[in-house]
Formats: sequence, C-alpha cells, structure tokens
Amino acid sequence: MSSCTIYKRELSSYFSQPTAYAIIVIFLLLSTGLSFSFGKFMTIGDASLEWSFFFWHPWIYMLLAPAVGMRLWADEQRTGTIELLGTFPVSTWSAIVGKFFAAASVWLLALVLTFPIMLTVNYLGMPDNGAILAGYLGSFLVCCTFLAITMLVSACTRDQVVCLIVSVAICVAMVLCGYDDFTREFGKAVSPAIVEAVVSMGVWNHFSSLNRGLFRLQDLVWFVSFIFACLLGTSAILSAKRS
Amino acid sequence: MIEVENLTKQFGSKIAVSNLSFTVKKGEVLGFLGPNGAGKSTTMRMITGFFPPTSGDAKVCGISIVDNPAAAKTKIGYLPESAPLYNDMTVTGFLKFCASIRGLSGTAKNDAVERAIETCFLNSVALQSIDTLSKGYRHRTCLAQALLHDPEVLILDEPTDGLDPNQKYEVRQLIKRLGKTKAILFSTHILEEVEASCTRAVIVDRGIIVADGTPAELLAQSGTGSLTDLFRAVTSSDTEAAA
Repeated sequence: MSSCTIYKRELSSYFSQPTAYAIIVIFLLLSTGLSFSFGKFMTIGDASLEWSFFFWHPWIYMLLAPAVGMRLWADEQRTGTIELLGTFPVSTWSAIVGKFFAAASVWLLALVLTFPIMLTVNYLGMPDNGAILAGYLGSFLVCCTFLAITMLVSACTRDQVVCLIVSVAICVAMVLCGYDDFTREFGKAVSPAIVEAVVSMGVWNHFSSLNRGLFRLQDLVWFVSFIFACLLGTSAILSAKRS
Repeated sequence: MIEVENLTKQFGSKIAVSNLSFTVKKGEVLGFLGPNGAGKSTTMRMITGFFPPTSGDAKVCGISIVDNPAAAKTKIGYLPESAPLYNDMTVTGFLKFCASIRGLSGTAKNDAVERAIETCFLNSVALQSIDTLSKGYRHRTCLAQALLHDPEVLILDEPTDGLDPNQKYEVRQLIKRLGKTKAILFSTHILEEVEASCTRAVIVDRGIIVADGTPAELLAQSGTGSLTDLFRAVTSSDTEAAA
C-alpha cells in the first residue's frame, strides 16, 4: 500500500518535470537511429531485431539509465525530504521498491514506444515474434539492472552529478567487460579463469541468449538476484547512514 | 504521552545526546531550548524514529519507537527543522500524498487535507507549486503535513524559524491551541516563545538537561527575572567550548 503511494508520487514527479520526456525521446531517437544506420536494419534484410536493434540497447542504457535513477535517493538526501519519509509509518524497503518500480516504469514506457520497429519488421518480413519479445524482456532486464546500480549509488551521495558519473562508470564497465572485442584483448594479459569471472559479471553473457530468443532460467535468476542485491544494499546504506 | 528514557546518541566518538530523560503529558507544551549543536534536533529525530538511539528508549503513547517504530510513528506529527518538501508537487498534491502514506483514503483523506489547509492558512496557495512558495508558506505547508492525521503527539523542530513576526504570532497561537488536546514538544532559540506558548521548558546543553521547569519557575531560578540571563548562565557558548 505505502509502496504504491510512493510509486505514484515518483512516477508523477518524472512526468511533471521534463526528465521522463527527454529521456524517452532521446532513447527513441538513438535506438531507431542506430538500428537504421550502424545496425543496417534495411541493408541486411534479416527479419529479426537481434543485431540491428537490441544490440544497441545496453550501450544506450549504460549512459541513459543512470540519468533516470540518479535523483531517487540523492535528491531526497539533498532536500532533506528523506527525514519526512523516515518518520512516516513506512518501511525503508517499501520506499525503495516504490521508487525502483517508478523508474522502471519510465523505461517500460520507453520500450513500449519502440513498437513501430516491431510493426516494421513484421511488415517487411516474417520474424519470430517470440524471439523479439524475449529480446524486449532481456533489454528491460538490462535496464532494470542499471537502474538498481544507480539506486545503490544514489543512496551513497546527496549529489546527483556524482551519482550520475559513478553509476555510468559502473554500467560502462558492466557492458564492456562482457563484450567480445574487449575480452579478447583482456584475455591476452590474464588467465582464462579470470576472464571468465569478469565476463560473467558483464551483461552480455545473460542478455545475448535472451536476445537470440533463448529463454534460460539462469539468466533470469542472474538479473533478478543482481537487482535484488542492489536494492538490499540500498536499504543497508540508508539504514547505516542514520545510525 | 512522550516518555524519553535515558536516550543517548553517539556519532563516532562524539556524544550528541547523553542519557536524556523527560516526559511530556497530554495538554502540555514543552519548550526545548538550547544553543546550536546542543542535541535538540538529534533528540527529536530519535523520538520520531528517524535516528535509532545508541541506547535508551522513547515511548510515544506507551509505544516504544525502538521496538515498534511503525505503530509509534502513526501517533506522531513531525515538522523537521528545514521544513523539507517535494518541490515538484503542488501544496494540495503534497498533502494528499502525505495523507495517503498515513493510510487515509477517500473522503477521510480529502477532509483531512482540507482541514490542514484551513488550520495553516494555506487556502491562497493550495494549488500552487511548492517551489514557488515563500519561506513562510513552505514552513506552514510542512506543518500542515504534521497535522493531517490529527496526531496525539506533535514534535516541531524550530517551527517559527525564518518566519516574519506576524507568522510567528500565528504559529505560536496555533501551538497554544493545539497544546490543549495534544502533547507538544517544540524546540526554539527564541526565549520569548517559551513565555508565550509553553507550559514547561527544558534547557539542554551538550546533550544534557541543565534546567527544567515552568516558565515561572525558570524565571525565578534566573534571579534576575530574565530567561536570557538563565540561558547564558546554564549553557556554554561556542567560544567557551572551543577554549
């Protein structure tokens, strides 16, 4: 109940300010722009969205997802409203959950608004729509993972800019450390076991199979447990800050 | 109504509040005085459940804030020191959010918001965005939030700070009026306020109570009939503390 109230407040706050609109418009421009340019959506002539469209999503999210999540706790701490939240009869956990789902909803809307590309690919060819939906699920989970990281960082600081920079750095690392070109170079210097450990921390390892239309329980478990761990960490940091 | 028992708060090696005990009964308005950094706000934050105490306990209407924070918080209305608010909301929107989070809904919620707006003279700005409000209105909006659920206990951290003389007068009258049916604890620097609206006052210095009594008793204790003289005699100034 209280999570729901906080969810509604956060969501309306995104849309009463330019934040959500700006992010959604930039995301739509970038994701479709990249599909038709570097993604070669038209010239490849393949009726799937795997390489032309979804491939770009982690790259976009690593820069844009923290912009949505950075204010979640940093702003509360800067303006002191965290003191109001902390003295309302709500648990920190329900506030965390409400805020997280509000930020995730902004991204869900952004993803839903990319539907014209799905219509286009269906008009031009006969794609496997199940695989496309799996791609959407994977893309959304990557985004939620980055949001959860941003939330954890925003609990540590009252400065949104610091939060943005640190979260983007972590997200960039998570995108790069599983990316083939990077791991190949990296693998020359260190042992394969370390490379494997680093790759498993990256998002590609778990996103790629979903993107190919392959739903593996282990990927879902990885994403959900990563997000859950970040939210738990947020709760621990917020409690530790008060005592 | 408020029973504070041996409340202690330590930040690292610094003791902010040391073994503080006092009670506030129904119908009593307790003025909480002390120099800056004496531990007034920290004490209030512990009673409202924002800070967990290092040791000791505070009971609100018989409910321990340490053992049962959620239930105790429903009994308290709290005005934090800087009157923090969500700047992106309107006054009515903010109050409705606070009412929902306090578990009010439907007509009960609307009635509570209307009543709080009237009590705090916010009619003229009810639909205005909070970031356009003057300091006086911001303070009163935050005070309205504390009155929404008609709490039995009110904790007000410097409720007249930054207000003009007219607004100060109105807030003091309001405290006096509400004090007849509630237990009120409020902190202030302004010593006339004690005579104007308190039934009892305590002076704290470096986390310890150094004077406690009705305004008349404190005046008698001062010897000169001036609360300022008593305040200066029992508390230490910044310059002394540094020396």
